[in-house]
Amino acid sequence: MGGLSLRNVTKSFGPTKVIHGVSFDIADGGFTVFVGPSGCGKSTLLRMICGLESVTTGDVAIDGVVVNDIPAARRGLAMVFQSYALYPHMTVYQNMAFGLENLGTSAAEIARRVGEAARMLKLEDYLQRKPTALSGGQRQRVAIGRAIVREPKIFLFDEPLSNLDAELRVGMRAELTALHRRLKTTMIYVTHDQVEAMTMADTIVVLRAGRVEQVGAPLDLYNNPANAFVAGFIGSPRMNLLPGTIASVAGGVVSVGLLGVGVFATEALAAGHEVGAEVTLGIRPEHITTTDDEGPGTLGGVIAGVEQLGGLSYVRLESPDMTVQIAGQTNLGFGAAARLRLPAAAIHVFDKSGAALARGDQA
Amino acid sequence: MVRFLTRTRGHAAWDWTDWAAHLYLVLGVLVMFGPVLWLGMSSLKSESGIQAFPPTFLPYEQVSVDVEGRGKLKLYRVTAGEFAGRELGEVRRMGLQVQLVDPAAPATLIRVAVGDREPVMHLRAAWDNFTGLFSQFPFFRYLWNSVFITAVATVLTLLVNSMAAFALSKYRFAGRDPVFLLMLATLMIPPTIVLVPNYLIASQLGLTNSPWGVIWPAVATPTGVFLLRQYMLTLPDELIEAARMDNASEWRIYWRIVLPLSAPALAVLAIFSVMWRWNEFLWPMVVLSRSESFTLPLALNAFQGELTTQWNYLLAMTVVTLLPVTVIFAFLQKHITQGIASAGVK
Repeated sequence: MGGLSLRNVTKSFGPTKVIHGVSFDIADGGFTVFVGPSGCGKSTLLRMICGLESVTTGDVAIDGVVVNDIPAARRGLAMVFQSYALYPHMTVYQNMAFGLENLGTSAAEIARRVGEAARMLKLEDYLQRKPTALSGGQRQRVAIGRAIVREPKIFLFDEPLSNLDAELRVGMRAELTALHRRLKTTMIYVTHDQVEAMTMADTIVVLRAGRVEQVGAPLDLYNNPANAFVAGFIGSPRMNLLPGTIASVAGGVVSVGLLGVGVFATEALAAGHEVGAEVTLGIRPEHITTTDDEGPGTLGGVIAGVEQLGGLSYVRLESPDMTVQIAGQTNLGFGAAARLRLPAAAIHVFDKSGAALARGDQA
Repeated sequence: MVRFLTRTRGHAAWDWTDWAAHLYLVLGVLVMFGPVLWLGMSSLKSESGIQAFPPTFLPYEQVSVDVEGRGKLKLYRVTAGEFAGRELGEVRRMGLQVQLVDPAAPATLIRVAVGDREPVMHLRAAWDNFTGLFSQFPFFRYLWNSVFITAVATVLTLLVNSMAAFALSKYRFAGRDPVFLLMLATLMIPPTIVLVPNYLIASQLGLTNSPWGVIWPAVATPTGVFLLRQYMLTLPDELIEAARMDNASEWRIYWRIVLPLSAPALAVLAIFSVMWRWNEFLWPMVVLSRSESFTLPLALNAFQGELTTQWNYLLAMTVVTLLPVTVIFAFLQKHITQGIASAGVK
């Protein structure tokens, strides 16, 4: 068991700086997910934590001890690789036992721990097989088993589910969550899939281009994104982000004007932003409702596409370009005109730099 | 097997291209395998059989008979005259006539013209060519020298080259690529050029007339390093990182992970190394001058005397020299095509 903290960690490969001063703390026993688009540095960060990459500047501390100069093997961490990285010439048992053998663990102890892990992961029947004779999900479990037997302080997962098919992925997601609940060990999980992040994490760290965009609980990030990037990245389908300007400020609260669409009241505080400033209006598809009203806070558009999923429907509008989620099924069709309401309480406003304007309920 | 050999180009009927392809392949087999087969057959011929004209493919030998009071006589069949058809032993030749004798009635001599008789031949493998190798020459000594040098040099070659290849393929260090290029560049230097300096070094180190004088200079081969490095580059880095996370020392990563996974490339290099060391001639000839330290190729060379060459022994020895390489190749060749490494990592 262990907590982890990063202090102003940077990483450069030659002249290219890929991590720009990252700092955050991970609580002991938590399930933390690093999420971000490809190339955002999340895997590099993970490799720096486990010691496979050196830290250019800053400190990585495990349980309060700075481990920058401690080699990977001695940090007491275990990693599950994206490709599983099972040793193809060894049996499942040997794969799991290899790390313990290197530590000089007695044969009886190795057998006990491997047996326990195999039972936990339902691998008992496959211990004498080679990895090539296993399915993708089984290989995944062997890779996890190899990490479990070492009883590490922190588990590191580097996109472990990306090689599995969609159905298996959902199953493994639940298994990993259950595993975490049982072991209560700190886990750090890297993924580019925000659904995985939302469903598994206690804490999500959103990364972009080597910088931390926001750290928080999944619903926190969903409800109160700190900036337009997090708002667009977390949630599926994406939040609608529409460019506009501040039309008026009344009682410290702004109204946003969208060119040729209308003016929308919000609950965002102006906080120094003046009328006419460029902003982005964000609203999640499920917060938009259809209406017959033509008053303020509504807009009209032409339907450019409808996706009926049975339980819910997605309607895509052209000018303004936005997606609307409608509960249940809809009789709206392609080319029809639609009237929509954007409730003030659901609107997020982001300034020119992308940062969210604080809302009245937060202040 | 038959199905494989009579495979055609898609259709059931034999197209002319099939004929051409098979003709070409058969020709290839004859050209490639003919001389080897001829060597094998000739190694079973007696000394006179080898020099017989016209030469025969199979090891024929003239039949001899034991005749009472006259010892072993060579058997001839009379082809003309009043004794035509009888098989008689030749006692002596006198000008254009020969004196023959019937093995059943050794007392009476029969005179026949030289042209009226032909030798009676039978198939007989002269295994004594091979047994003679062991009784007349210190053949086992040469064999042992060759086996020792080949085995030890191959093991050392695999070890040293794979370590170099591991470092050059899996570690990032300054000057890695220049070092690798420098190694490859030595391929461009013909061995004859460095023969004399190499000999001077070997003699300074007291390695002459010792098998180690042949083994050490051959242990590090640029070809081997190149071959293994290229193969190791295909091993996923994640495997090595996983091992590093698994607390394995660098030596254990090399020994337990990289080496087993490089088995196909190691097999190829082992075959090469065995062939190189087994057939090596120039360097051993320079380093080894005493006959008791000779390897087989040197011994073969020594067999060709200045005045006479005992071809039957030479050929037998050549066959024995060829055998081990052939056997090793047959055993290891399946490893070459086996792609173990890519299997476990998706």
